[in-house]
Amino acid sequence: MAELVAKFRLYWSLTKSLQTGLLLATGLAGYMSARCPVMHWYDFLGLAVSLSLAIAGSTIINMWYDRDIDAVMNRTHHRPIADGRVAPAEALRLGLVFSVLGVGMATAMSPLYGLVVFAGLFFDVVIYTLWLKRRTCWSIIWGGIAGGMPILAGRVFGTGSIDGIGILLTLAVLFWIPTHILTFTMRYFDDYQAAKIPTFSSTYGFHSTRLTIAISSVVAAACIATAGILIGIEWGFLRLLAVLTGGLLILAVASIFRPSERVNFGLFKYASMYMLGAMLLISLSAL
Amino acid sequence: MKITIINRLILLVMCHVAGYQIITGVEGLATLPMIAYTVGFGILLVAGLLIIILGYDALDSPVVVILSTVIPLSLSLGLVWENLARYQTLYLVFVILGFLAIVITRSFPMKTKLPVIVLACVHGIAGMTIFLLPFFLVFTGRVDPGFALVGLGGALIGLGGLLLSFLKTGKPILSRITILKILPGLLLVTTAAFVLGFSRA
Repeated sequence: MAELVAKFRLYWSLTKSLQTGLLLATGLAGYMSARCPVMHWYDFLGLAVSLSLAIAGSTIINMWYDRDIDAVMNRTHHRPIADGRVAPAEALRLGLVFSVLGVGMATAMSPLYGLVVFAGLFFDVVIYTLWLKRRTCWSIIWGGIAGGMPILAGRVFGTGSIDGIGILLTLAVLFWIPTHILTFTMRYFDDYQAAKIPTFSSTYGFHSTRLTIAISSVVAAACIATAGILIGIEWGFLRLLAVLTGGLLILAVASIFRPSERVNFGLFKYASMYMLGAMLLISLSAL
Repeated sequence: MKITIINRLILLVMCHVAGYQIITGVEGLATLPMIAYTVGFGILLVAGLLIIILGYDALDSPVVVILSTVIPLSLSLGLVWENLARYQTLYLVFVILGFLAIVITRSFPMKTKLPVIVLACVHGIAGMTIFLLPFFLVFTGRVDPGFALVGLGGALIGLGGLLLSFLKTGKPILSRITILKILPGLLLVTTAAFVLGFSRA
């Protein structure tokens, strides 16, 4: 039993539970944004399980492929594959099983929903990780598109089609990703240098990176606000969304004019809370 | 000084209470007081989140003095606008000029006592307005007695704002450790008092 628990813990850490949880929250919010007149708990559960499996599966495959990078970086060298606690082949099998189950389940629930989930997995694993991540700092765009797929998938599952609001929500996540990832790559600049991964900050410098973060924050906030209005979120929820957005913009601007490690870290953490908060507001307003 | 988990939780609850107030608003309000209350509770919320994320280091920013003044200014503006129609324009002018005066005196280094005087005046008037006006309205029978809680919140936010402002100006009323220990609880009680009070408006 103890062995089983230990194994579960190892596998759990392979899934990057916080990141998977945040992406799952966007997917569920996308579904709630459709405001289906009748909601069945089994649809909701099916969406949650299929998305969790697909996201966790792609995360594990990424970790399997990037094990050499992880071993070099201070921040990640203790990850289970990098430090040898999980064999690479075992991790790959687990990632593939999760991915196939997730995409298969999604396709069985709705072919279009399955296609979007598959697209997310494909963009994340093949385009972002296998092809571009080690070649260009612009790979982040594909990482962003992949990150936007869960919310689009949720919306598609709710509405049955790809619509303008779904695209807007996807764009919101796409433009939010730089705020999250670029602050991260600045914080662990030396790690990325050691692993020879091209980042915005190593290619264009810190000032340009901060400017990119600020601009993308504004665009992400505008996309979420527009989507919120089009969805029909009540004014009260929009007011709170505006307040949270104000905090994000102030931090983004502060990171340009008063750059510091503290502001950078604050922006990184706040961006995650902002996205989670925005998703909660979209979901709650549909109830 | 490191922020404890209990204090983080207290701040998280405070953020939820402030968020609830922003969502529900106050029934029947005009646009300007609604914006003013949203700004006041919004700053409380975002400040709470930043302290949770960054710890008390967030309070070291020079912007804190300005933001801790915007809270009483915006809340008092909302109260005056809703309840003292004759003084709307006058108070709006005071809020704008007071805010500008604080921004200017905090943005340029000055060797005189002007920044402290400006801060005390603006903070004092706004704080006393939030503290006294609700009690006045209750005693004259114009609102539900529960609205007095807004006055209590005003007294507490005024106290918190003054403690923080004077700490930032280098002339602390209490020691930094004491202020930081009581700050999360003070913010929660303040926000809760405001929310309960406004629910009786």
